[in-house]
Amino acid sequence: MRTLRHRVRGLGPAHSGTGHFWLQRTTAIANAALVIYFVFLFVTLAGRSHAAVVATIGQPVVAILLLAAILSIVVHMRVGMQVIIEDYVHGEAAKVTLLLANTFFAIAVGLAAAFAVLRISFGL
Amino acid sequence: MVQFTLPKNSKITKGKTWPAPAGAKRTTEFRIYRWNPEDGQNPRIDTYFVDRDDCGPMVLDAIIWIKNKVDSTLTFRRSCREGVCGSCAMNIDGLNTLACTLAMDDVAAPIKVYPLPHADVVKDLVPDLTLFYEQYASIEPWLQTDSPPPEREWRQSHEDRAKLDGLYECILCACCTTSCPSYWWNADRYLGPAVLLQAYRWIVDSRDEGTGDRLDNLEDPFRLYRCHTIMNCSKTCPKGLNPAKAIAEIKKKMVERQV
Ligand code: SF4
Ligand code: SF4
Ligand code: FES
Repeated sequence: MRTLRHRVRGLGPAHSGTGHFWLQRTTAIANAALVIYFVFLFVTLAGRSHAAVVATIGQPVVAILLLAAILSIVVHMRVGMQVIIEDYVHGEAAKVTLLLANTFFAIAVGLAAAFAVLRISFGL
Repeated sequence: MVQFTLPKNSKITKGKTWPAPAGAKRTTEFRIYRWNPEDGQNPRIDTYFVDRDDCGPMVLDAIIWIKNKVDSTLTFRRSCREGVCGSCAMNIDGLNTLACTLAMDDVAAPIKVYPLPHADVVKDLVPDLTLFYEQYASIEPWLQTDSPPPEREWRQSHEDRAKLDGLYECILCACCTTSCPSYWWNADRYLGPAVLLQAYRWIVDSRDEGTGDRLDNLEDPFRLYRCHTIMNCSKTCPKGLNPAKAIAEIKKKMVERQV
């Protein structure tokens, strides 16, 4: 038996949350700009030859913007998914498992995408 | 916890239809949620016909009329019958609101009346709000000061007083909190819109010296940050307040003290 007060106080405030909130907003703003750039790049490269595409992605500015987009999107995806998991999954074991899977998935996707960009831009 | 179907013993069954009073010329049909913890039965929907020539214009008038003239077992809360006590909050025609300030003619008949959603039911239209009140107590809703008290009242400028407008009017009816999906799934850890609006009421009060402690107490992924700006709260508030905005202001203060 626990009193209602005990239940409401729980384990006390976590003293965090604002960082997560801020990161979500920051990456949302960055995404807006970077995704527009990505779509623009995609449209201009559509239908061009393989060599032309590789040459464009090989330019430092293009490669850096693509890497930035990958970072921002993947971080945003991870923090967003984390919120959804916390909202809907309440079993402690399932929640922790899913949170870990979410992090690993985001890292894997991010590294794979970044590797592809680097490989093309360094012409390996 | 997320639930998409009602537990077996909460499934709603068809209830009784109480006939319209003899000789009533103008009637409005009501379908009202009934549940009695003592009879061991599932909840049911009873149908009533309210004699409009014998009854005031508001939904609460009709419910009181039913209790007095048709079915004295119908259970609900009410007190002020003019929108200041917050006790008659219920779900009418799908919207959480105050029965005493909603006119019958503003709702399509049959008028469906349920208790506030996603709260335990005590009986019929009475939800269990003890957790809600305890959460309210947890934000310590009173003036906190360390300075020696002035000889007379704590003074406040007109501008600072104006910052409490849109906040002090909250009557803690819980319409907003029980309309919030985030609160449905995480009532145990999320404070919900009403309590957060009240928390902000003290955070912006120029006389209060506990602002930092108040923010500390809310700095939590669940207590505050479960609000995802879904806006149900502001849509439903029968007093026309905007809890979603108050919550956004708290988040702004949180960022402000870090950057
Ligand atoms: S903010 Fe509005 S809906 Fe919420 S408790 Fe206060 S008066 Fe009721
Ligand atoms: S804005 Fe926030 S508090 Fe209001 S209903 Fe949405 S999640 Fe709940
Ligand atoms: S009876 Fe007081 S608010 Fe409706």
